Amino acid sequence: MEYFIQQFINGVTLGAIFGLIAIGYTMVYGILGMVNFAHGDIFMIGGFISIITFMILGVLGVTWLPFSLLCMLLIAMAFTGLHGWAVERIGYRALRNSNRLAPLISAIGVSIFLQNYVQLLQGARNKPLSPIIFGGIELMTSSTGFTVTFAYMQMVIIGVATVLMAGFSVLIARTALGRQQRACEQDMKMARLLGVDVDRTIALTFIMGAALAAVAGLIWLLRYGIIDFYVGFLVGIKAFTAAVIGGIGSLPGAMLGGLLIGLIEVFWSAYFSVEYKDVAAFAILVLVLIFRPTGLLGKPDIEKV
Amino acid sequence: MLKDAGMMALASLALAMPLVGFQTVDRGAGIVLDTRFGAMFYAVAVIFVGRLLLLLIEAGHASLIQAATVALSAAWLINVAFHLYPITWPALGWLTWIVASVLAIRAWIVQRRATRPAAGYTDGVEKLGALVARIGPYLGGIAVAFAFTMPFMPFADQRMVDLGILVLTYIMLGWGLNVVVGLAGLLDLGYVAFYAVGAYSYAILSIHFDLNFWQTLPLAGAMAALFGVLLGFPVLRLRGDYLAIVTLGFGEMIRLILLNWDDLTNGPKGIGSIPRPSFFGMQFTAAPREGVTAFHEFFNLDFAPIHRIIHLYYIILFLALLTNWFTLRIRKMPIGRAWEALREDETACRALGINPTNTKLTAFAIGAMFGGFAGSFFATRQGFISPESFNFIESAIILAIVVLGGMGSQIGVVVASILLIGGPEWFRDLEAYRMLAFGGLMVAIMIWRPQGLLSHREPTIKLGPSPGARSA
Amino acid sequence: MNAAGMSAVPLLRVEHLTMRFGGLVAVDDVSFDAADRQITAIIGPNGAGKTTVFNCLTGFYKPTVGRLMLSPAVGSEFLLERMEGYRIGQRARVARTFQNIRLFPRMSVLENLLVAQHNKLMRASGFTLLGLFGAPVYRKAEGKAVELARYWLDRIGLTARADEDAGNMPYGDQRRLEIARAMCTEPHLLCLDEPAAGLNPRESAELNDLLKFIRDEHRIGVLLIEHDMSVVMKISDHVVVLDYGRKISDGTPERVRNDPAVIRAYLGEEENEALPPEVEADLRQGA
Repeated sequence: MEYFIQQFINGVTLGAIFGLIAIGYTMVYGILGMVNFAHGDIFMIGGFISIITFMILGVLGVTWLPFSLLCMLLIAMAFTGLHGWAVERIGYRALRNSNRLAPLISAIGVSIFLQNYVQLLQGARNKPLSPIIFGGIELMTSSTGFTVTFAYMQMVIIGVATVLMAGFSVLIARTALGRQQRACEQDMKMARLLGVDVDRTIALTFIMGAALAAVAGLIWLLRYGIIDFYVGFLVGIKAFTAAVIGGIGSLPGAMLGGLLIGLIEVFWSAYFSVEYKDVAAFAILVLVLIFRPTGLLGKPDIEKV
Repeated sequence: MLKDAGMMALASLALAMPLVGFQTVDRGAGIVLDTRFGAMFYAVAVIFVGRLLLLLIEAGHASLIQAATVALSAAWLINVAFHLYPITWPALGWLTWIVASVLAIRAWIVQRRATRPAAGYTDGVEKLGALVARIGPYLGGIAVAFAFTMPFMPFADQRMVDLGILVLTYIMLGWGLNVVVGLAGLLDLGYVAFYAVGAYSYAILSIHFDLNFWQTLPLAGAMAALFGVLLGFPVLRLRGDYLAIVTLGFGEMIRLILLNWDDLTNGPKGIGSIPRPSFFGMQFTAAPREGVTAFHEFFNLDFAPIHRIIHLYYIILFLALLTNWFTLRIRKMPIGRAWEALREDETACRALGINPTNTKLTAFAIGAMFGGFAGSFFATRQGFISPESFNFIESAIILAIVVLGGMGSQIGVVVASILLIGGPEWFRDLEAYRMLAFGGLMVAIMIWRPQGLLSHREPTIKLGPSPGARSA
Repeated sequence: MNAAGMSAVPLLRVEHLTMRFGGLVAVDDVSFDAADRQITAIIGPNGAGKTTVFNCLTGFYKPTVGRLMLSPAVGSEFLLERMEGYRIGQRARVARTFQNIRLFPRMSVLENLLVAQHNKLMRASGFTLLGLFGAPVYRKAEGKAVELARYWLDRIGLTARADEDAGNMPYGDQRRLEIARAMCTEPHLLCLDEPAAGLNPRESAELNDLLKFIRDEHRIGVLLIEHDMSVVMKISDHVVVLDYGRKISDGTPERVRNDPAVIRAYLGEEENEALPPEVEADLRQGA
């Protein structure tokens, strides 16, 4: 039981990361109908910018932890958002009305490019970051001596993720930007005729998605203390799986899906086998796509002939 | 104009700031921070100047081309000459170069348009595609003749023949994937999985059942095709982008299973001492086993290791040509036309009574089979295989060959393989930039010419000019 | 209840067809017949559910309720609502065209017509194996398929451009090519979704001739959705009128034209005297 609770906490932490990335996939899919393959690499770039920011802060002598965390968060979001914008502007905008295969291939190209770009600029080796948030609350101890710990780090992670997701949901539901975005999802041509700046809306979608992925990158760095140029590949696929499970195009679905994938992965590793945890994620992706392609919260997509 | 270029420079400065401006340097177990502001500002300056010149050219000052090229080349020369940056940082030189080339091409186009307003430059590429398609048979003949005689050319040393084998392997993989991506329009990002299945099937079958190359090859191909069907059956109903990501996942899944299923695959250590192919039972060894004839003994030659390599070369040449023959032929079959029709419009196909799932499945299985053949060859050539050889990068390289060569174009695949595989093997120092360039080129080609570079398509059948002449 | 001039067992019998999307009822309990060797038109204002009926008939949607029975003159009967999408084209031989033309634009005109004969050619090619090695059986079958294609190309006047990409044809030719492609499947029932949309008067007249030719010479049933009243009134033998997913009238063109329910549906509640002159002229054209 205690072991189960500990794994549950770990799973939720991991799920927060997947959920944040999945939002980016789901928003772009909703508005453009394409899978942004490069989104996993945007997450990776977010992680790199976070680690670089942390080191710059170290050089500048900023030691107060809450302040430096806030700085990392904001700087990573801003600069990663910019990368998201650039990817859309260079890689996708010209292909918006192209055949279906072209934006997909372009996205693969962007993904390959970004991975190798970071590898060339920052080196191929793992970048370690020593833990910066220590300790935690011991919740309970079992008779066998197993202690359930809710680390402060995990609290920070879950807290930040929850606040951001909530704020983001409000942004989409309440503001003009959110309305414009939903209008573009429904009918881009009509939205344009009604005076919505479609280019700007799509660009902002990419920026927001990238900013949330940057948060995920920062969290990943804090939690695992390591990042490399290739990390976006696997994490990206899993986050996409999360978006599909939740129902692609649905924001609450992405968060729910992220949570589920995080829990599944952690429990699978804990109770079955660590080696096959990634296989489990893919198997789930395939099963969901076959048996419930609309996901848990997605709307059925009626083919117009 | 200045404002536009300034904005662009500002954006690139902001983009370059964190990742170019700062560098994490590995030191011992940890990392330290280093700065590269010089490089960053140089890159931003190049972009600023380049953008400004581009805008001037677009505005009709095409004669500025000379000035632009000279200025940028000069900048590059200065950059190199003064050793402003370490030689290990040639990317800036490349950047300058690329910007200069883009400017030169743009200026040329603008000038051409000014003199001949009707001719767009895409027409030129289309014409090139049509030309290649027209002279294709001759070109193909010459290429095949060259491929057959290559090992006996004076310049063909062991390294050259080895490189030939490598390029031919990718040509074959490209042709195989072309069936799936180019003809059927299914984006398969896990093609390497079938390559892996073929290689491992070959290794396991030939070691445990003592079968020779030509006996194992069809089995390994069938195994890969079976995997293609097993994966394809559930997922081919999915929309194109879902299919892409599922195949991507499948590729990783196969790799992870190979890595972890120790009993069958020997895990990360891989499988070694895979039997080499023999020439009608003759082995390519200096000292053959008892009762086995060695190749050099039979033909009264001195033993030379290159015999074995040349033999491998002809095997892969045969396999590649088989793939090509098959693809060209099947394109003219009803199934081939149905693939292309599905690529064009799946809904219309369904209305015409074509079973989309089965049709896609055949394309998938056939592509997988050729992947399996190539995998078998890879296993026997290397004599050793491990899961490391079958990662996503391989799938990406094969896809890049198909996409850059022009989807559906057989000659395009050959050209792309020679450039993308042969090139970097020859210029080793470009190796680090290879994947970066692949990624960038994939984006550029999709934007410039989404159908692919040499995408001129000839109809699979033509109506004779004289009506009634063919009445049966 | 049905129009005069119908044979005992109609080619197509639609019974109580209902299609719901969530809460929206797109087609509500519609029944009608379409006879062999007749042109049956389905008309109605926008959003009346015409295309939805088509999509149910051709297997793109599974009807919520209803029976769709196809009884060809020879061969067995088919219950279309139970068949998987592509099988309706393959087995029951119901062919269709689309509101926004769906050709294979980067394939040649001839290839478009050959793809339509896919199933026949697949069998002849021994599911590709015989064809791959150039077996005479297959070559003969392909020759025949080309002849059929040539026959339709002559009919629509595209023989000279057979080897060009279908996407490069002018709009009117694409419309007729799509009909020819559907005819190459040798259907029992041909369903045309607004074939005259976007055509100029000359092209529209050519289309009428083509449809009459198909009905009279090929002796199959034609079902068509149309907005252009002049087309409907001139060539259809039987008209079904839908409004808000329900059938409001059914009969010969003359009967439907004078049906007050139809006039109301098209012109609103005000009575017939409010008929604008151009509509009047439109209706009269067919007479």
